[in-house]
Amino acid sequence: MSSPEQWTHPEPASAPAATAAKPTAEQVIAGLRATDQGDVNLVQLLTPEGERVQHPDFDIDITAEELRGLYRDMVLIRRVDREANALQRKGQLGIWVPLLGQEAAQIGAGRAMRPDDMAFPSYREHGIAWTRGIHPTDLLGIFRGTDMGSWDPVEHKFHPYTIVIGNQVLNATGYAMGQKFDGKVGDADGEATMCFFGDGATSQGDVHEGFVWAAVYDAPLVFFCQNNQWAISEPTERQSRLPLYQRARGYGFPGIRVDGNDVLATLAVTRWALEECRQGNGPILIEAFTYRMDAHTTSDDPSRYRLSDELELWKLKDPIERVKVHLVKQQWADSAFFESIEQESEALAVELREFCVNMPDPPPERIFANVYAEGNPVLEAQRDEFLAYVEGFAGGEH
Amino acid sequence: MAAPTMNRAGSDSGDSAVQTLTISKALNMGLRAAMEANPKVLMMGEDIGKLGGVFRITDGLQKDFGEQRVLDTPLAESGIIGTAVGLAIRGYRPVCEIQFDGFIFPGFDQIVSQVAKLHYRTQGKNKLPMVIRVPFGGGIGAVEHHSESPESYFAHTAGLKVVSCSNPTDAYWMIQQAIDCDDPVLFFEPKRRYYEKAPVDTTKAPGPLFESRVLRTASNSASAGTSTSAGQAATLVGYGPMIRVCLDAANAAAEDGTELEVIDLRTLSPLDLGPVYDSVRRTGRLVVVSEAPSESSITSEIAAKVQQECFYSLQAPVLRVTGFDTPYPPSKLEEEFLPDLDRVLHAVDRSLAW
Repeated sequence: MSSPEQWTHPEPASAPAATAAKPTAEQVIAGLRATDQGDVNLVQLLTPEGERVQHPDFDIDITAEELRGLYRDMVLIRRVDREANALQRKGQLGIWVPLLGQEAAQIGAGRAMRPDDMAFPSYREHGIAWTRGIHPTDLLGIFRGTDMGSWDPVEHKFHPYTIVIGNQVLNATGYAMGQKFDGKVGDADGEATMCFFGDGATSQGDVHEGFVWAAVYDAPLVFFCQNNQWAISEPTERQSRLPLYQRARGYGFPGIRVDGNDVLATLAVTRWALEECRQGNGPILIEAFTYRMDAHTTSDDPSRYRLSDELELWKLKDPIERVKVHLVKQQWADSAFFESIEQESEALAVELREFCVNMPDPPPERIFANVYAEGNPVLEAQRDEFLAYVEGFAGGEH
Repeated sequence: MAAPTMNRAGSDSGDSAVQTLTISKALNMGLRAAMEANPKVLMMGEDIGKLGGVFRITDGLQKDFGEQRVLDTPLAESGIIGTAVGLAIRGYRPVCEIQFDGFIFPGFDQIVSQVAKLHYRTQGKNKLPMVIRVPFGGGIGAVEHHSESPESYFAHTAGLKVVSCSNPTDAYWMIQQAIDCDDPVLFFEPKRRYYEKAPVDTTKAPGPLFESRVLRTASNSASAGTSTSAGQAATLVGYGPMIRVCLDAANAAAEDGTELEVIDLRTLSPLDLGPVYDSVRRTGRLVVVSEAPSESSITSEIAAKVQQECFYSLQAPVLRVTGFDTPYPPSKLEEEFLPDLDRVLHAVDRSLAW
């Protein structure tokens, strides 16, 4: 394994090409978007064809059972994602934010964490939520409009979804500073924090400030950027001239690009990064190079801004299919296993659907609940006046 | 961490419970007392360590409590607020210093989007016990962005509490009470009054944090046996740096036989207007004073609430004396911009003549 010193000032494998010019049609179709030009530093351990390959700095010992577990995670969370997308189409959710295509990035990163580690998600992190023990039904309220996330962030060590792009990066930095101040950093039993954001967020001031702060306070923080190539309609070259992982160098900490569609590589790199942070060598930036296979949200129409050829190319890099191929080749799983996962995923979809359509609307007093921890007499008077008004209607309906 | 010896009044001699302090020193002592009382209290800000802050409010704290409890932060206000959120979730009680009022806006997004809403979003599972200290207001001859009064933005934002101290006793006690509060508190410090002195009793808090206070009533302020008569009394309400102006105006008016009741709001969100209503029911007249511009402001809110609660008691419309609805002007014009004794008395005269 490489030493932290080695990563403090990594030399790019080749000078990044100037990307002021728009990529050619051929480059777009080939998936060679501007931030991918000339860069060979992609950590990969399982090719899209399901072949295990070696990397000089990162490797992983994985048992058949562990790989089956990762496969199961990815299949189930994809089924959850597709079901929630369908529930939006049926009018049961106001909106859904698909994770399709990012299963390996999220399961690989999430399964690298320990229970004592803390995670700060953006709003597409359904796979991370899954690995933190949050039932997918707990995600639905956000998108149905009944709550803003019903899980306990303290119990699950999983912060609420953050919708303002980049805000959570600073919050995660502060939390990681607290882990350090608490003396929880410095050996293999240490704690660390992971922060999740996308390629679009890397343009936000809060993300840059998070990089600065985490660096100067040596925070045990893994910045995990899922570069899914699109910030709604804007491609990554609208955010950066440079491959995103290379930004870390300017802030003085390691940056690594991993194949975000390779669950083994993501798991290996994230485990390494978390270990470095536990030991006190944080922060570290990981750029998980992946692709948003569906729309930004159910309200979006990607056909207006990207070529379907690009999607076809990325379908060949599917994160789940390569694991399935590998499991079969290794004879680590048989058809009965795949069938059982399929059945489990269908049962989960049914559970999600039934839970969703039966979710009650919150009562009107919910508007006023928990605005303050210690109360506020002005607000309480407003609440009482409104509730009395509601009471004035027969049956409490108005 | 060094165990600091707090020069706490009452501990060295029996009679030193009351000390004469500036607002700045009282804040410094209040912060020190809060840090001694709770090891989770942290100070964060630009130049607050070795320098002690540009106004020296945190003077000596880093020396006594260490760099891990008094953080000289990178120069980034969103970073100060945003990392304080994470520290608060982790169990700390961060006290952030924003160097000047006009520099709070890079942190505005974090304050409004995260600080104000996390408790609500998590249905009470995340508390945000943090204080954001802001030296505010003009009158110090400063360049642009150093003299602003942005408190209304925060009072308008659900989930935040907003207070302002006007004197050394409140400075000493309110800062400690704000740090003890489990809600996020914006703490506005009247920078032009930092060096005004008054006796401070450091053994007993004068009252809860979120209460306004009557500083002067028509009955007890009457001098030389003058009694209040209808048409010759009015209520003045202000906060922070304007309290000095209100008290001076009341003294001047008293010499002319006009009794002005003076109320220090202290808490801007939630507003505690009970004492204001009581006073207006006695005097029938209200003048509200602030440095902040008048449109859609705390003074607007007070006018709206008082007309609602005291409609039949009012003998004149609620009048306001405020900064103008302009950007803060070049400092050679600030004496015109800032409400002063004459403008307040002019408004009182208009109210009395209505």
